[in-house]
Amino acid sequence: MQINDLINHTSEWLKGTGPHSDVVISSRIRLARNLNKFPFPHWASKVQLNGILEKCSQAMEKVDLLKDATWFILAELDSIDKQLLVERHLMSIEHTQKTEQKAVLVNNEENIAVMINEEDHLRIQLMQSGFNLFEAWEIINGIDDALAKLLDYAYLEDFGYLTACPTNTGTGMRGSVMLHLPALVMSRQIERVLAAIAKLSFTTRGLYGEGTQASGNFFQISNQVSLGHSENEIIENINGLIRQIIEQEAQARQIMLTKNKEILEDRINRSLGILKSARIITSQETIELLSMVRLGSDLGMIEDIDRRTINELFIITQPAHLQKIENVKLSSDQRDLKRAELIRKKLNLVS
Amino acid sequence: MLCDVCGKNPATVHLTEIIDEQMNELHLCEECARHKSAAMEQQFGLSDLLAGMADFEKHPNKEEEAVAVKCPACGLSYADFKKIGRLGCGNCYNVFRKYLAPLLKRIHGSSQHIGKNPLQAKVSAAKPVKKKAGLAELKSQLQKAILAEAFEEAASLRDQIKELETKKEKE
Repeated sequence: MQINDLINHTSEWLKGTGPHSDVVISSRIRLARNLNKFPFPHWASKVQLNGILEKCSQAMEKVDLLKDATWFILAELDSIDKQLLVERHLMSIEHTQKTEQKAVLVNNEENIAVMINEEDHLRIQLMQSGFNLFEAWEIINGIDDALAKLLDYAYLEDFGYLTACPTNTGTGMRGSVMLHLPALVMSRQIERVLAAIAKLSFTTRGLYGEGTQASGNFFQISNQVSLGHSENEIIENINGLIRQIIEQEAQARQIMLTKNKEILEDRINRSLGILKSARIITSQETIELLSMVRLGSDLGMIEDIDRRTINELFIITQPAHLQKIENVKLSSDQRDLKRAELIRKKLNLVS
Repeated sequence: MLCDVCGKNPATVHLTEIIDEQMNELHLCEECARHKSAAMEQQFGLSDLLAGMADFEKHPNKEEEAVAVKCPACGLSYADFKKIGRLGCGNCYNVFRKYLAPLLKRIHGSSQHIGKNPLQAKVSAAKPVKKKAGLAELKSQLQKAILAEAFEEAASLRDQIKELETKKEKE
């Protein structure tokens, strides 16, 4: 697989299937792991970083689940390619900076990605479509076990897995669930929900993880505490919280359907109308309108556009994807034109 | 009262964060409450937050002593850690153990790892420890009960957890 193949490919987690996929876009688990006797990446010399990259990549090549996969060496990628990987949620924004001896391994289904020499030596992530953290944990646990047989992990009995930042120490695990909560936002209940989440020591982030703000109606919720609870407990805690939010969103949707059906139908169809006919559109407006169309599809108000098409549009209308599809560097204004064109083509094709 | 984050708008959202016995109060305006997590990391920087959490203000002597300590494996000093908010290598956790344990407790509410370990994976016959599963299960049930505001059930679960924990301590 080459980086150019990615744009014609749909990530496994974008299928729009899995439990509760009307509210939950995806479930993600990542594990932070480090090698014994090597400094953490930010404190390591170039020679040491090379050693880490070599040791990790050699081990990873022996793991069955990582066999149908492609290596991307960050220093060899241009800025659009790097951004493309971020837009596809295959790596972090941090991984695009100071790229020496950094790499990311991506499997063909695009549900497994392993970053080497990001904040920690290894950042293993697994993405699933829908509300599916336990399944994600089972798979990633298997990969981690296989790697633990080949690598000497930095680990202490009392502190657990040792990480560059003490906020990740212990299990080294972060579980995140990406939610689409248009009804809670429209009915102005979201502030209350977010406040409750913060009180329970969970974090809410935007579409692109760390440091990004929640945009449109998308919220990524993850555990803050990684030490003192087992992996299963952490997942159970997230699941308990997410189940409640799903329930609240479902109720809010139901109330809107009974009380304001015409208004809702109007908004959803206007959104679709704009997307089908706009000539210039920003990515922010695209996300907001697609969010309404997705809601329309979930509620059965829009029948000819499936969730997968909508999910795909979220990704391929992002700046790096547009430039990759057009195969040319585009200014922001040019992108707004091309984005509108691409959306018109995709939506008028399916309906 | 003004917002803890922007210091401009009146604080209308009052958050109390409790992890185990550690209580943390936050007074925010609506705007800042909305962007709490992202804004907090950007405004203060994670290293400042971590350093602040190390609770050195109360023990100035301890700080002087700590700052001079250096990890022999990677050369990172505790002063470096305070500045950048990152440890240098795995061995730093051994070297700075007595300062890190309270810090970890403040961040996570605990400084004792429960969960998988790499040795389990190496010895394929080894099974995960069952003893802890009971406690873990109870704790997750408690979390659910609290979320569902089923306080009677929560109280009973809390007692069961206490009982199990005292039993474990005696063992």
